[in-house]
This record gives sequence, structure tokens and C-alpha cells, in this order.
Amino acid sequence: MRDISLHVLDIVMNSIKANATLIEITIIETTSKVSVTIKDNGQGMSEDYVKHVLDPFLTSRTTRKVGLGIPLLYQNVKKTAGEFTIESKLNQGTLVKAVFNKNHIDCIPLGDMEATIITLITLEPKVDFIYRFKTCNEEFVLNTLEMK
Amino acid sequence: MKKSVEELMKIRQETLKKMELRENDAHCRIVVGMGTCGISAGARPCLTAIVDEVNKRGLSNVQIVQTGCVGMCRLEPMFDVIIGDKKYTYVDMTPEKSRQVVVEHIVNNRVIHEYTIGEEEKE
Ligand SMILES: Nc1ncnc2c1ncn2[C@@H]1O[C@H](COP(=O)(O)OP(=O)(O)OP(=O)(O)O)[C@@H](O)[C@H]1O
Ligand SMILES: [Mg+2]
Repeated sequence: MRDISLHVLDIVMNSIKANATLIEITIIETTSKVSVTIKDNGQGMSEDYVKHVLDPFLTSRTTRKVGLGIPLLYQNVKKTAGEFTIESKLNQGTLVKAVFNKNHIDCIPLGDMEATIITLITLEPKVDFIYRFKTCNEEFVLNTLEMK
Repeated sequence: MKKSVEELMKIRQETLKKMELRENDAHCRIVVGMGTCGISAGARPCLTAIVDEVNKRGLSNVQIVQTGCVGMCRLEPMFDVIIGDKKYTYVDMTPEKSRQVVVEHIVNNRVIHEYTIGEEEKE
């Protein structure tokens, strides 16, 4: 994956596939880090399942024998000596957190988050999104729940 | 973000409105591959190009939806154009080619066969 915004799109597609109706995307950028969290209220995963989610040979899809989304994100985070966690509860939801060390030579760029958000709201207008973006001099919040 | 919250809300509201309109009488469905393979191959800019071309031309009866990996990862970015009971699969797309498909196939009703894949080529 070329940039962080494409990973975000990809990880949110997992949430959509898990029938989430509310997805919270938070990006906090500091001078040294980019922290990304994606929280959904989808069907979640069992404790046992989530333990193996970094293994590409675990996937619920039937069209391909390997699941690539999470392992690829993990790889890109680890390349920057960053942190990656995934927590999930069956029938409650999933939380994916990735922290990239921005100043690491192998860190991929943030990319076009606006394109990712527009893609998501045009493909899935019935899903609610809370998107927060924060840097030291900018803060942006989109909350589609406030639309009704 | 270049766009404001209001603009983004408007995009969503309009998509919702169109969705309701289309549910009964969608003339055409475009199904874009949005699995990891599709996204990493460039599905997002193709989708953006399709949405833009459809809106620019005011094609109100075109429905754009996503699907996961369909098992032909090396042919991504790809999308299906479904009109009536006819389905064509466009493969190895770029934003430019995607726009051409909207104009030729959907507006002018001329399938661009050189971009499609036949049944026999499917893996
Ligand atoms: N948010 C989520 N909620 C519930 N299950 C999830 C979620 N994210 C991932 N999973 C489960 O973990 C599996 C692996 O996810 P991953 O994104 O790595 O691969 P994939 O989605 O199966 O395929 P790919 O991403 O390569 O198109 C999924 O098939 C799904 O079963
Ligand atoms: Mg995935």
C-alpha cells in the first residue's frame, strides 16, 4: 500500500464487511508520529480468531486463500518501529490502532485522506462516520450522525 | 482537507437521495472492486473518476457500489458494468479508462471490448 490513507480505506472496508453501522476514524499527527485508529460496531471477532489476524492465512473470504489487509498494515507500521494493536469483541466491534514513526526513513506518507473519506461516504452513505483529524495547528471533525 | 464539513455532508446527503431514487429503477450498476488487491492497484482514483464523470453528465440512474476481492487480483483495478441482464467486466483500469467506459458504454451504449475480459479468461 502506497500511503496511510489507502490503508485506512482498506481497513474500513473490513468494518463495512462486518456490517458496522458506525465507524470512527481518528488520525492524530504530531511532529514525530501519525496515529491512526479505526473503531467499528460491526460483528467483531472471537478472542481466538483475533489472535491470528496478523497471519495472512486467516481470512473469511472465499475468493482468495489469504487475507492481506491487516498483515500489510502491520508490516508498514513495523517498518517504522511503530505500534500496532487490534482489539475485538464478538457482536460488539473492533478497534484497530496503528502508530507510525513519521521520521523513520521507511515511513509511508499520509496520502490523500480527503479522497478516502469521499470514497467512503459515496460508497456507503448509509453507514455513519465520525472522522477526526488533528495536527498541532489544525483540527477537523466530520460527524455524519449530526446530519439527521 | 480542502473540502469543508458542509461540503462533505452535502455529498453524502445527495448520494443518499440518489440511492433512494435508484433503488427501484437503476438503469445501470457499476460494481467496483474494493478489496485490498483493488485498493493497492489503484481502485480509489478509478472510483473517484467514475463518480465525477457520472455526476458531470448528470447520469441519475447509475448506481455505484463496491465489492471485495473477486479472486482475480492481478487484473485489478476492475469493475463490472451491469445493464439489464448484461454484465461486462472491465479490468486493469486507470482513471482515464474508467471515464471512457462511462462515456462509451453507459452514455453511448458501446461496450469497449478491448478493456473487458471474456468468461473464458476468468481464473
Ligand atoms: N473490523 C473487522 N470486523 C470483523 N472481522 C474483521 C474485521 N477486520 C478483519 N476481520 C476479519 O479478519 C480477516 C482478515 O482481514 P484482512 O483485512 O487481513 O483480510 P481480508 O479482508 O480477508 O482480505 P483482503 O483485505 O486481503 O481483501 C477478515 O477476513 C475478517 O474475517
Ligand atoms: Mg481486508
